[in-house]
Amino acid sequence: MTKQILFLISLLITLGVFSWTMARVFSYFKMTKPFPVGDWGKRFKLMMKVAIGQTKIFRFPFVGFLHALVFWGFLVILVGSVEMVIDGLFGTDRALSVLGVVYDIITASGDVFALIIALAILVFLFRRIFMHVKRFSGIEMKHISHYDANIALTIIFLLMVSLLGLNTFYLLLPHDVHVGYFPVSEIAAQRLGSVENVFFWHEFFWWMHILLIFLFANILPYSKHFHVFMSVPNVFLSRLEPLGYLYNMPEITKEVKLMMDPDAAFADPPEGEEEVARFGVKDVEDITWKNYLDSLACTECGRCTSVCPANQTGKLLSPRKIIMNVRARMKEKGPGLVKEGKDFDDTKALINDYITAEELWACTTCNACAQECPININHPSIIVDLRRYLVMEESAAPGELNATFTNIENNGAPWQFSPEDRMLWAEGLEMNDIS
Amino acid sequence: MGEKIKITVPLMADEFAKGNKPEYLFWVGSAGAFDDRYKKVTREFIKILEYLKIDYAVLGTEETDSGDVARRAGNEMLFQMQAMMNIEVMNGYEVKKIITCDPHDFNTMKNEYPDFGGNYEVVHHSQFLQKMLYEGKIKIDSDIFKNNKITFHDPCYLGRANEEYDAPRDILNAIPSVKVEMKNNKSFALCCGAGGGQMFKEAEKGDKEIFIERTEQAIETGADIICTACPFCMTMMTDGIKYKNQEEKMKNYDLAELVSQSLGL
Repeated sequence: MTKQILFLISLLITLGVFSWTMARVFSYFKMTKPFPVGDWGKRFKLMMKVAIGQTKIFRFPFVGFLHALVFWGFLVILVGSVEMVIDGLFGTDRALSVLGVVYDIITASGDVFALIIALAILVFLFRRIFMHVKRFSGIEMKHISHYDANIALTIIFLLMVSLLGLNTFYLLLPHDVHVGYFPVSEIAAQRLGSVENVFFWHEFFWWMHILLIFLFANILPYSKHFHVFMSVPNVFLSRLEPLGYLYNMPEITKEVKLMMDPDAAFADPPEGEEEVARFGVKDVEDITWKNYLDSLACTECGRCTSVCPANQTGKLLSPRKIIMNVRARMKEKGPGLVKEGKDFDDTKALINDYITAEELWACTTCNACAQECPININHPSIIVDLRRYLVMEESAAPGELNATFTNIENNGAPWQFSPEDRMLWAEGLEMNDIS
Repeated sequence: MGEKIKITVPLMADEFAKGNKPEYLFWVGSAGAFDDRYKKVTREFIKILEYLKIDYAVLGTEETDSGDVARRAGNEMLFQMQAMMNIEVMNGYEVKKIITCDPHDFNTMKNEYPDFGGNYEVVHHSQFLQKMLYEGKIKIDSDIFKNNKITFHDPCYLGRANEEYDAPRDILNAIPSVKVEMKNNKSFALCCGAGGGQMFKEAEKGDKEIFIERTEQAIETGADIICTACPFCMTMMTDGIKYKNQEEKMKNYDLAELVSQSLGL
């Protein structure tokens, strides 16, 4: 009974802190712009493929495979964690064993996966600490980003150790029958043979495992490892259009139609229409909720930056930084926005204070970043939205681009040629008669 | 052989006045109309259309920039004006199908013009040539490229943006020659550096130009022809070959040029 009460208290604390954090993080969504989603069937398929099937992570085959094992392992082990919560609350002992053979399969794969995950995590830690993997560094990667990664990996490692410990000592308990099947822990148990205090160690690992889960759940929202929660929904809600498509700005369409239709220009503006505050994105209140979700789901893995042609050739642009900046800026400005509304101004902005024009103008919109992102974050759309602000609100395009705009406007081509000359290429055209 | 046939490129306005509605609009694009190097590609592709007796026409001086560069450089206002002007003209001629050699215009017309009431079946010339190949209308038995090693540079707006990796390769595979892939190809391809408005401005400060990096990848393959299917990629790869002093060893061709030369047009 004491165990049940202690468990209930720790569960309530966990859920309490977690809800408080999530309420805060999610309250900022209210401050963002709409991003329509539909086509649920297609989204479900996409999620099964990219998130559950981990297809994009395999583009980096070795670490991709290890990550996929960790992910699939988590899914299996999650069932065990749910069981632990049931056991903890109701004082039962391995409550899901009623599932019979299915339980054997779940426990066996969980046990094997625990070992695989522990080993994979050691590889990840080794890569992070001892190997100079280029994508783990960059201007946006501060000391804290490295600690963040290593702390999360260490917790996962301890989670797996405690799970294997729990299983091992469960097998050593002097029960008549042991439910479930634990191939890895069985070997460990045999090796250990007879040890003292099996009850103590069993309880120890049980509490260690569940408390680490509770702790981990509450660290995640403050860490890049928030992706553990956010990446599956992020893939589910990601864009379905081809990567080449840029979202339309209907407010501009309205303006252009007015310009092209002289009658409309003198007509009274329709009543009840909201005035558009700003073209493009200057700060976090101009982004869509999907841009913000992208930033919360980002794992800072740096695959985007590692394939960015601008970054590869030494330019300032790093797609990962753009996404991290969105998250950091929302964290900074979000509370003020929620409190004082959209007009809240802290004299800073996403543009210039976080992301410079130099970074934005280095993008070739080649979509390599978006193609690479294992969880379908779309970097180019936000880069172009920031450019839209620079160009349409600040007239701050680089000089050569302004000249290009003028040419397109006056000559119908980016170069200074007369539109009358548009057919000159066809002059004197002839071909061989091969019939 | 030896005989030359004069080609008069049909204009949509003339055809329409005669009561004809050509099956295809061939969208020349700003680069196809004005860029000296790409004008050659336009001409070669026209020869292929003529050879195949395709029912097509061009807009001529009624065509204006697609607006792609403006949009990606952030000038949404200018893009939409261009798009709406073009759509008005094309809808006026009841255009249903469009072919273009420019993957940027292909992308914006296929994916973005529908937002403004421009709904067309848009194909890139690589896809059109692939279709002709499948239908047996193009048969290449010439071996003028037999001893050449060709590497294909995937344009971002054909490849990643629209997931078309096979069409250009199918065509190259139909041309007797040796094919090699660059280290980064298909969805992993490295951009030439010209997209998103970069074509018209100096690159930002860095250690290297993107087009040089890409050209080096092409040189590594040992190819003597870099094949592209985009006017911007063409400019960048040509510059890269010059920069690396490979003009003697390497040539840069568009898919359409390789096909028309193979056909002897």
